[in-house]
Amino acid sequence: MEDGVAIHAEGIGVSFGGVPVLSDVTLDILPGEIHGLIGENGAGKSTLGKVFGGYYHASTGSLRVFGREVPKWDPPTALANGVAMMHQELQLVPALTVAQNVYLGLEHQNWGVLHRNEAGRLAALMRSSGFELDPNAVVADLSIADQQKIEILRALARNAKVIVMDEPTSSLSKDEVDQLHSSMRSLRDEGRTVIYVSHFLEDILAVTDRVTALRDGKFVKTADTAGESRSSLVSAMLGGGKTETPYPDKVRPVPGNPVLSVEGLRTSTGVNDANLTAGRGEIVGLIGLVGSGRSEIARAIIGADPAVSGEVRLNGARYSDRTLAKSARSGLVMVPEDRRRQGLVMTMAVRANMTLPHLKRFSTAGTVKAAEEKSRTRELIDHFRIRPASVDGDVAKYSGGNQQKVLFGKWLVENPAVVILDEPSRGVDVGARERIHEAIAELAAEGAAILLISSEIDEVLGLAHRCYLVDRGRTVEEISPDDNTEASVLSALFMHQATKTEMASS
Amino acid sequence: MSWHGFGRFLQSYAVLIMIVLLMAALSLMSDSFLTFRNLLNILNQNTPLAIMAAAMTLVIIAGGFDLSVGSIFAMGAVCSAWLALHVDPYFGLLMAPVIGLVLGTINGFAITLLNVHSFLATIATSLIFKGIAIVISDGRLIPVRMDEFTWLGRGKIGGAFIAVWVMVIFAVILSFVLTRTTFGRRVLSVGGNEEAAILSGIRTNRIKIATFAIAGLAAGLASAIAVSRISMGQASAGTGMELQAIAAVILGGTSIYGGVGAVWRSVAGVFLLALINNGFNILNADPFYRDLTTGLIILAAIGISASGRRR
Repeated sequence: MEDGVAIHAEGIGVSFGGVPVLSDVTLDILPGEIHGLIGENGAGKSTLGKVFGGYYHASTGSLRVFGREVPKWDPPTALANGVAMMHQELQLVPALTVAQNVYLGLEHQNWGVLHRNEAGRLAALMRSSGFELDPNAVVADLSIADQQKIEILRALARNAKVIVMDEPTSSLSKDEVDQLHSSMRSLRDEGRTVIYVSHFLEDILAVTDRVTALRDGKFVKTADTAGESRSSLVSAMLGGGKTETPYPDKVRPVPGNPVLSVEGLRTSTGVNDANLTAGRGEIVGLIGLVGSGRSEIARAIIGADPAVSGEVRLNGARYSDRTLAKSARSGLVMVPEDRRRQGLVMTMAVRANMTLPHLKRFSTAGTVKAAEEKSRTRELIDHFRIRPASVDGDVAKYSGGNQQKVLFGKWLVENPAVVILDEPSRGVDVGARERIHEAIAELAAEGAAILLISSEIDEVLGLAHRCYLVDRGRTVEEISPDDNTEASVLSALFMHQATKTEMASS
Repeated sequence: MSWHGFGRFLQSYAVLIMIVLLMAALSLMSDSFLTFRNLLNILNQNTPLAIMAAAMTLVIIAGGFDLSVGSIFAMGAVCSAWLALHVDPYFGLLMAPVIGLVLGTINGFAITLLNVHSFLATIATSLIFKGIAIVISDGRLIPVRMDEFTWLGRGKIGGAFIAVWVMVIFAVILSFVLTRTTFGRRVLSVGGNEEAAILSGIRTNRIKIATFAIAGLAAGLASAIAVSRISMGQASAGTGMELQAIAAVILGGTSIYGGVGAVWRSVAGVFLLALINNGFNILNADPFYRDLTTGLIILAAIGISASGRRR
């Protein structure tokens, strides 16, 4: 029907655990174009890329690939139809050579005995595509940029006509980004299609032919890149009329010396000069793009990762040799971002999860005091309106929102003085989100100092009294949330990002 | 009951259901089965294995595996017999669990310091412990025919063997430790989600070391009972017991992925394995089929356990 369309997506919708992340997205990807997918953190751009690659299943809508309706769409089918995916985390076998990786699963063989001719085949492929690599080099010894070339060659070896690249530049230097861009251009010039998912607007503007913006899981627009600018893309990503979710009123923080202060903090995990303070009753936001090192700052403060230099002070007293157990004893706690992996023990009941970090308080001579444990758990269940409201509930079966409330509650058991919240409302339903926001405001009103980390800029601006912008592990600017909008914050972030990139390349 | 609830129920109580079915079948087929004497004998014969399986439960719940308990058993047997002959019989019996505790602690440190899977580390230490036992015993049997030594394995209190009392008390204590103490909570959390446990301020390596120390202690205690009963220590004692203990734990529905399990069910698992053996004996069935039958039953139990895990 639509001749000359590589991929036609019609009304695509995806939801995780009942929470919609993409809804009713319709767009065309043309053959022989570099097509950018942009959007804020959580707008659904990576999800859409993975739908194209067959990694996520669209619950609604349909895909037509080169004019053919595709009912079943998974990674092998996608490959068979000429669509390959290059993941953010490369999927190579480090111990094998370049050639062996490129032809993994496509080896010439008789009865399982390999012909071992991959290097020769790769040389021919490289001649025709113009990509240069040593076929016999071991992948583990190569740079990320070279490994990405292997992924591209791998797609070419499978005769891919469309290559989806999900945030390919996040760990590349400026030179390597330029190399990747010229690779993209040569793919396009051969008539292949590249779908380029990125949150680096400069990169999108530099190399794409057309660009599609997504917002809150919805399609905003597709346009020729030539007619776009950074500011036009930012406003497309943010939109004019934001869906207004009311935030609780901000209670003025208690004046006085900061409860938490951090100076010159550096770690080997990517924190590079973090400086901040938080006072009693104050909600302090950390805002940054994905990979900016927000969570790493939190982990270093709490003692989950060791710091290389810098210091943390609690109520003015220096707190060194930080450990998680010591932090919890001093009333410094963190609600981690990933409730399944880092937060909850899914095999244990609600009350066992709640008291896990506080077992000393709920025991005498090593024996758990079940009655006290149950009554404190009951209080927190009531406070957060956790459903089902059972102290012995099987947390694995709870909804994402209720699991998140259990996780939040777990860290409030002993009325902490400083609470770090990392993505407190990620992947939860609207009702739970509202209750969590109220609870954050209440916690501050009761005098706790709160460090709030969220990918949703809107959420941080709505809740925090003060915010820090974070770029590559550094607190680069302090802003007032009330004098800023999501758009102004986002352009400030992109500006910091751009200056840094130029500095790195010069 | 929902289908899911039924799966849970099966996983928890499959071992009891199998025991009841097997006992019913055996008592119909043979008059000599359902007698107090026979049942008590079955229990008594399997006290060493039950003690080891009870402790193995904690190791597996914490996400580990201990393949060295058979060799620790051999070390305990050889050392307690040797000490009984050369020092004092009571001292020999007392030292078996102490030696087990030390060896188990060594296992724990090997695993956490080298940061390797317990499966690998305990294969290595298993050979080392067994090798030391062979060197100490000079490859020979060490007979200890003294009443001061054999009371533990052969004596009775209140109509039941002392060994059975020891086993019951040990299992009750471990059950209490797992379900009621802070240590038990930590064991469950380490196996359920180690990263969450670490972020909750739990020193997970200490917990792992403790579970291996307890497994070693149990193997030593089990060897004291066994060597006292047969009044003889030898380095080949305990061979294959580590696998029987693990099989019993799995039969009891404890998840091999960690995080879930109960001590009493592992003891029931030992009893189930023992009943199968006993059935072959009293029915005069062809013993060639014994391993085959046992293997099939374990496979079925693993299947039930895995189906409960998949959600």
